[in-house]
Amino acid sequence: MQLDAADRQLIDSYQRGLPVCERPYQAMAQTLGLTEDEVIERLSALKAQQVLSRIGPVFEHSQAGASLLAAVAAPPEKMDRVATQINLAPGVNHNYAREHTYNLWFVMTAPDEHTLDERLDELERKLRLPMLRLPMIKGYHIDLGFPIDWEALP
Amino acid sequence: MSTSTLKSELLSDQDRELIMATQAGLPLVSDPWTELGSQLGMPASEVLERFQKMQASGVIRRVAAVPNHYKLGYRFNGMTVWDVADDAIAELGERVGELPFVSHCYRRPRHLPYWSYNLFAMVHGTSGDEVEDKAGRIADVLGDACSGHTILYSSAILKKTGLRLRKQKDNG
Repeated sequence: MQLDAADRQLIDSYQRGLPVCERPYQAMAQTLGLTEDEVIERLSALKAQQVLSRIGPVFEHSQAGASLLAAVAAPPEKMDRVATQINLAPGVNHNYAREHTYNLWFVMTAPDEHTLDERLDELERKLRLPMLRLPMIKGYHIDLGFPIDWEALP
Repeated sequence: MSTSTLKSELLSDQDRELIMATQAGLPLVSDPWTELGSQLGMPASEVLERFQKMQASGVIRRVAAVPNHYKLGYRFNGMTVWDVADDAIAELGERVGELPFVSHCYRRPRHLPYWSYNLFAMVHGTSGDEVEDKAGRIADVLGDACSGHTILYSSAILKKTGLRLRKQKDNG
């Protein structure tokens, strides 16, 4: 993915701290030495190319409801079917296949803790697989982005 | 965990609507608040004020241009997991979380005998070697307090959606 210096600077500068004011893109433009239109055009293009997955708020699930990381060890021949059942369960918002005995890792969300437990219990019954429930006990670094090493990228 | 339930109940219906209207992103127009206001039937000033309040209360963790690391070339996503001595994890977890290449770092419970790892650190790389180098730097920080680790590479993203907040009919 070839990006010019202004695109790189845009990404480097706003993995957090995008200004929340009346004219956010104008405020960014002033910082970056671009015009407001250029900022909007670049952001739109980067989003269209899927270089940016989102431009806006990242919500804290634990403050807006309840969520929990869980994993199951699906037998390899049943993995597709189990993955589909997980994806269809209400509240599941991430599901990753990973190379391990515990091969399906997903995040279950719900409006509150009680509903969360009910959803996990129901999914566990449906899957007929023991579920590893891994609530966060403590966050040492919660997804705030990380510096992109542009030179190292292919 | 009951405090998080309480906080979610403190969100008004208008806040929930604003979350749903912005979870895929802010409108890319000069005045995004007016655009959101016309969708939600609120004055732009109220939209901005509610947004700022959710930022202040921590419901909004950050406002960002969020890169798609895979698209940028970070093809390897390694969830590194570590078995760290309980009496050392508080201090060492902080230090691992401070490593610049660690994007998430959490303490989670063990489930013995099935799962012995209590520290999770997410690492991205352009190759498996790069992820392993970075895992080596985490191992250096943990030293003797760590009695085992492994790396779970992601082989497929089967689902990835934003936060969904629909109280009655949550279809995830």
